[in-house]
This record gives sequence, C-alpha cells and structure tokens, in this order.
Amino acid sequence: MKFTVRIDVTHVPGVLDPQGATVERALPALGYSNVSAVSIAKTIRLELDADSPDAARTQVDDMCQRLLANPVIERYTVEISGAVSA
Amino acid sequence: MTTKVGIVVFPGTNCELDVAWVVEELGAEAVLLWHGERSVRDVDAVVVPGGFAHGDYLRTGAIARFSPVMEAVTDHAAAGGPVVGICNGFQVLTEAGLLPGALQKNTGLTFVCDTVELEVVSTRSVLTRQAEVGARLHIPINHFEGNYVCDERTLAELKAENRVVVRYVDNPNGSLDDIAGICNAEGNVVGLMPHPERASDALLGSSDGVVLLKSLIAAATTRATMLV
Repeated sequence: MKFTVRIDVTHVPGVLDPQGATVERALPALGYSNVSAVSIAKTIRLELDADSPDAARTQVDDMCQRLLANPVIERYTVEISGAVSA
Repeated sequence: MTTKVGIVVFPGTNCELDVAWVVEELGAEAVLLWHGERSVRDVDAVVVPGGFAHGDYLRTGAIARFSPVMEAVTDHAAAGGPVVGICNGFQVLTEAGLLPGALQKNTGLTFVCDTVELEVVSTRSVLTRQAEVGARLHIPINHFEGNYVCDERTLAELKAENRVVVRYVDNPNGSLDDIAGICNAEGNVVGLMPHPERASDALLGSSDGVVLLKSLIAAATTRATMLV
C-alpha cells in the first residue's frame, strides 16, 4: 500500500528560532501588532510503500531519528494519510 | 617519515586547499580524501574542512555524515586518532555524533564574515596543546550556522571536563556560553567555527591560527611515532 506522509520538523522548545523571531518583529511593522509566538518549521512530504499504517509509521520514525530531524535542536510530528490508490 | 594529515573533501567543500597549504608549510604531507573513499588510508590525523558539504541541504552536515569516508573517520577517532572539524566540518562532526550539541542559525539571522578574537580556554585538545590558556587569538569566522547549542547537562559536562576549547571574546553569533570550539572527552576530536588556516600567515592579516595547526601536526606526529 502506498501512504502519503507529512513530517513537520519544529524547534525544541527553548531553542532559539532566529527566523521566527525576525518574522515576529517584522509583522508589527506592517500593522499586525497582535501577533506573538511566531515559529518557523520545516515540512517534509513523501510517499511510502508499506504493508500497514503501523509499518509506515515505524519506518518514518526511523528516518526522522536518523536523518530528517536533529534531536538536539528539533522535534518532529508525523501525519500519515490513508493508502493512495496505486 | 613525514606526518600525514588527511583532509576530507565532500562535494561542496571549499577550504581543503587552504588547509593543505598550511599543513605543508608546517612540514607535514596533506592527503586529500574524497568523501566516497571507505578509508582514511595511512593518515595520522584527519581534518574535516569548511564549505557547504552536499550543499548543506536539509541541515548543515546532515547528509555529509552518511558519506562513506565518515565511517573511516569515526573509526580513526575511536582509535584515538586526531580529528579536527573546522566550520562546516564542526557541523559535520556534531551531526555524526562525534561531538555533542548542534550548530544553529546565528542570532540576528546574519551571515558573519569577520575576524574575531578568541580566548584559549583549554589546552587538553589536540588542537590547543601548544597554545596557552588565556591567550587571545585573532582568527576569521565565516558562517551562517555557528550558534552552538546543547542541553544543560551537556554544557555542565563540557565545562566540568574542561572541554570548551576556545571561546569568543565578543560573541558574534549567539553561541551558548560564547563557545567557539569544543572537544570530546579524550581531547582527540575537536570542532571549532573559526578558520585557523585563514590566519596562518602575516600576509593574511594574522598568523594566530598557526599555533593550533602546529599542535595538531605535533599530536599526529606523536601518534605516528607511537604506532610504528
């Protein structure tokens, strides 16, 4: 079965997010003075062949831990949507 | 027998010839190691130089750590061989797990290209053995992701074990505890953001980097002698 996977890689809370901080300073300059807590994350999308949703999740977790995210500064969430018809 | 210093070249590395020039000026032999090689041949020390290995895609150093040569570099380090990562090389060594922590984007979101003042904090690393604690060195930095970060426990460990090797006198990038370079517990693996090879001749504006690369070559020579 083919699954579509969306991985969001975000900063570990407490780790500086200079891009988010810069955007947070830029928005009020345009008049959006009610904005706070801006953070900038990375989204990775992929398709995956696997026997089951569980198998897909296990494999994606492994990819995240080994390559897609750096656990020292990043956290990730994985969203797997149903099998895509091949 | 001439001491051999291996210099790893990934696609996108751009400081290998600068490092090679200084290594040879200091009387050692520079050996360029292509990232696809599965061994570090017979070198006595390894330098992972600066640049943009594999385009720095995904994260700096993230793809480079999977290059075939990195397994051999890891083995060399585990056997006590000197390994020094400069700038992008430091980022590669943290991604490879040879050094703790990570390097994130500079505070202020600016690429910093400047000569900075460093203070030598520890002489227990292969890169600082011939330097003096408290010495001030003027060495260029040239990076976007040089903002060192690690968890509190790691920082406490680095400090307690005297593994912060060099600090910025005037922090240019937001680095935790002004850290410019660190080493592993054994002192044979070192990573730093500043480029000692670019401060290796008075003509370049500073020769303060020479003491660091001399220390490395001395450590490599000692090792070569021991292994014979």
